[in-house]
Amino acid sequence: MSEKITRRKLIVSGLTIAAGAASVTGLAGILRLADRYGLIPPDNGGIYGVGETLTYASQRLLMGRQTLAREFSRSDISTVVPVNGKPPEQEDYQRLLANGFRDWRLTVDGLVARPSSFSLAELKGFPSHTQITHQACEEGWSFIAEWTGVQLSYVLDLVGVDPRARWVVFFPYDDFWESIDMADALHPQTYLAYGMNGGDIPAEHGAPLRSRVARQLGYKSIKYLSRVTVTDTLQPFGKGVGGINPEYGYSWWAGI
Amino acid sequence: MELISTQRMSGSAGLRVRRHPLIVRATHWVIAIATMALIVSGIAILLAHPRLYWGETGAVGTPSLIDLPIPFLLGHSGWGRYLHFLAAWVAVASGVLYLVYGVVTRHFNRSLLPSRADLERANLSRVVSDHLRLRVSRDSGGDSYNVLQRITYATVVFVLGPLVLLSGLAFSPALASVMPVLVEMFGGQQSARTIHFFAGAAVVIFLIVHVIMVWLTGFKARMRSMITGRTERAPED
Repeated sequence: MSEKITRRKLIVSGLTIAAGAASVTGLAGILRLADRYGLIPPDNGGIYGVGETLTYASQRLLMGRQTLAREFSRSDISTVVPVNGKPPEQEDYQRLLANGFRDWRLTVDGLVARPSSFSLAELKGFPSHTQITHQACEEGWSFIAEWTGVQLSYVLDLVGVDPRARWVVFFPYDDFWESIDMADALHPQTYLAYGMNGGDIPAEHGAPLRSRVARQLGYKSIKYLSRVTVTDTLQPFGKGVGGINPEYGYSWWAGI
Repeated sequence: MELISTQRMSGSAGLRVRRHPLIVRATHWVIAIATMALIVSGIAILLAHPRLYWGETGAVGTPSLIDLPIPFLLGHSGWGRYLHFLAAWVAVASGVLYLVYGVVTRHFNRSLLPSRADLERANLSRVVSDHLRLRVSRDSGGDSYNVLQRITYATVVFVLGPLVLLSGLAFSPALASVMPVLVEMFGGQQSARTIHFFAGAAVVIFLIVHVIMVWLTGFKARMRSMITGRTERAPED
């Protein structure tokens, strides 16, 4: 009798250990696979990282690459568009602003075949697109505006993106840098936008050029752009979590 | 209508009654903790912009539906959103487990949804008048839920829970690109936010009443039955 129990105990504990080991290696395998398919956000650490990874991975899987943000009509455009923050006070930005951005250039570098820089006139010469989309702030307010610009994917095609590329990092003249994954970078509604509601983007809304990422919250639409960098890792940038927002304790993924 | 299993335990004065199944107890407490986290983090998120709007858009400078009488505390929702989403995943996972269990084992039919007899006028008026006179221990603390408990719990499980989840998902510009109807059925992104607020407030009101009722019907006994799954009943009454 006691032998039987011992044997049963042995079998049970053996099975438990085997199941534990299998689930640990299984989880490691799942995480490796998820990382390869771009389902792990850069701020995946700690207990909150579990929730972030689940949210990012599930929304990414549901979205695929091409689902489009809802578009609105001209009559839906908001008359009130709050301004968050001031244009950069840095001298170089102020000089460019005073000069009507004639000397401004956008640098595109990183994992690309032909690192380049573009003037505003060159960007405006590329095929232009327009969207009227809803943009919500993390804080809760929102507005609808019309944005005009060149698709980021067009510029990335021009410079030749390396197949290893996984992220695109936006560097502005101020400190509010951010990054997006390649699925959003190549999305048709992701623009380098120079126009807003029919005119040039006003200084307080990001002149001369801002990113527009229609399927995420407003803090991914980076104002006052100076450089766009393509990369396979976010480690070298700042604290390695992909943007100033996650460094301040906000989620990197803003598809919410 | 005695529908739950009872068993006699030797050496026991009364009957020990099996009250709540393990899955129900486990998911109850996990969801309880997750809900507390959702409420705290939800308030933190709300404080960044305590105004509610109707339609697609809204901001300071546009007409609001309600200005909540609490201050703007800008920039304090970072940890709030991290915690809100983590807790939401825990609540949704437990909620799905509970729903599957409730359907498969017919727990909902037996113990949660009001029966036809429950809904008869005589029974309804008796239970309501008992509650109005705060004579609630008679059958709120009994072996099975009375009709008001059934209606309330079923509303929370099948209406309020799904509503709070769907209106929350409708905020997401990513999910709106997958299923535009998710946000359109609420009448716009800001309407969804407003509905999310009121659905959350309804959950808070439910919790307050729930805890008061647990208190009135015997805190110790109710806690014991939701933790151990068993409750005691006098042999004959």
